[in-house]
Amino acid sequence: MWLKGEEESVRRRSPHSMHELSIAHQIVEIVGQHVPDADTARVKSVTVRIGEAAGVVAESLEFCFTAIIAETELAGAALNIEEIPLMLKCSRCQTTTRGSFGVFVCPTCGGNTTIVSGTELNVIEIELEDEVPESP
Amino acid sequence: MSIITIERKVLEKNDEIAGRNRALFAEHGLFVVNLVSSPGSGKTSLLERTLEHLKGMLNVAVIEGDVQTDLDAQRVARYGVPAVQIVTRGGCHLEANLVQDAVKNLDLRNLQLLIIENVGNLVCPANYDLGENMKVVIASTTEGEDKPLKYPVMFRNSSVLVINKIDLIPYLTFNLESLKQNALGINPQLEILETSCTTGAGIDKWCQWLVAHVEPHPKI
Repeated sequence: MWLKGEEESVRRRSPHSMHELSIAHQIVEIVGQHVPDADTARVKSVTVRIGEAAGVVAESLEFCFTAIIAETELAGAALNIEEIPLMLKCSRCQTTTRGSFGVFVCPTCGGNTTIVSGTELNVIEIELEDEVPESP
Repeated sequence: MSIITIERKVLEKNDEIAGRNRALFAEHGLFVVNLVSSPGSGKTSLLERTLEHLKGMLNVAVIEGDVQTDLDAQRVARYGVPAVQIVTRGGCHLEANLVQDAVKNLDLRNLQLLIIENVGNLVCPANYDLGENMKVVIASTTEGEDKPLKYPVMFRNSSVLVINKIDLIPYLTFNLESLKQNALGINPQLEILETSCTTGAGIDKWCQWLVAHVEPHPKI
């Protein structure tokens, strides 16, 4: 039987206090995996694609991104955010429509819908400045 | 100017760990629910009622997520179940790696049901898969009917809606049907249950639902 009560604490220091901050950290980590350390300072911009229904506030993400890179090699890199509209496809009449929050039923026939796009949260592009040619 | 084109999910690391958690849970035949709601909806009270009701029926363990304090784990441990507290220290949601660490404190071989009580927040936990089988969202009658409209991602990603504090309905300008309609508009597949942790109404149905989802497999 499993009756003995026990209680243990897992105390962790989390580096993120809102999820945009946590997401910004993940973006920086992904950039680091694609750009060699020596080129980090050349990163001019990072483009992310965020779905309308991804639950991420663009302004907040941008703020967090800028804040965490401030005193790093990445400082000055811009975060470009492409927002992807929420698109729904009806499982009954197959019509694809632009979704609006609060309504996930098909506006044409009232059928149930599946999400075609609008939940993305992807890093899609990193732009690097040209290397400064070494002065002769 | 050079451009590196990639297509990487921002939360892929979390999703990968969640996948590992899910495999581990499946290996042990464990049914795992992730309880989400706004603060004060009665998640911990529902948990207490649930543990009381399921005593002797199922082997349950609890992972408690809170921003500060282990008060909830203390409340839950009184029911004689293993309870692990995760203190996020400011973090507004649980992530898969925190659950992965917490699970190490549990003997999964003896368990059938794991209930993860997320941090009280209807926004951030929606994005983070923990490896659970289902998200259960709790909305209490005192929060009004519009919660699903304000937090559609969470209601869309949940499998069950528990409407709590139904005993208070006579004292509120709250329309139960319109909450249900709002929720079903976001997620037509949502199963809806009604409970009161004060009177105990609906607790049996909720527990029956849990029991029905626990895999019938022999446990030593």
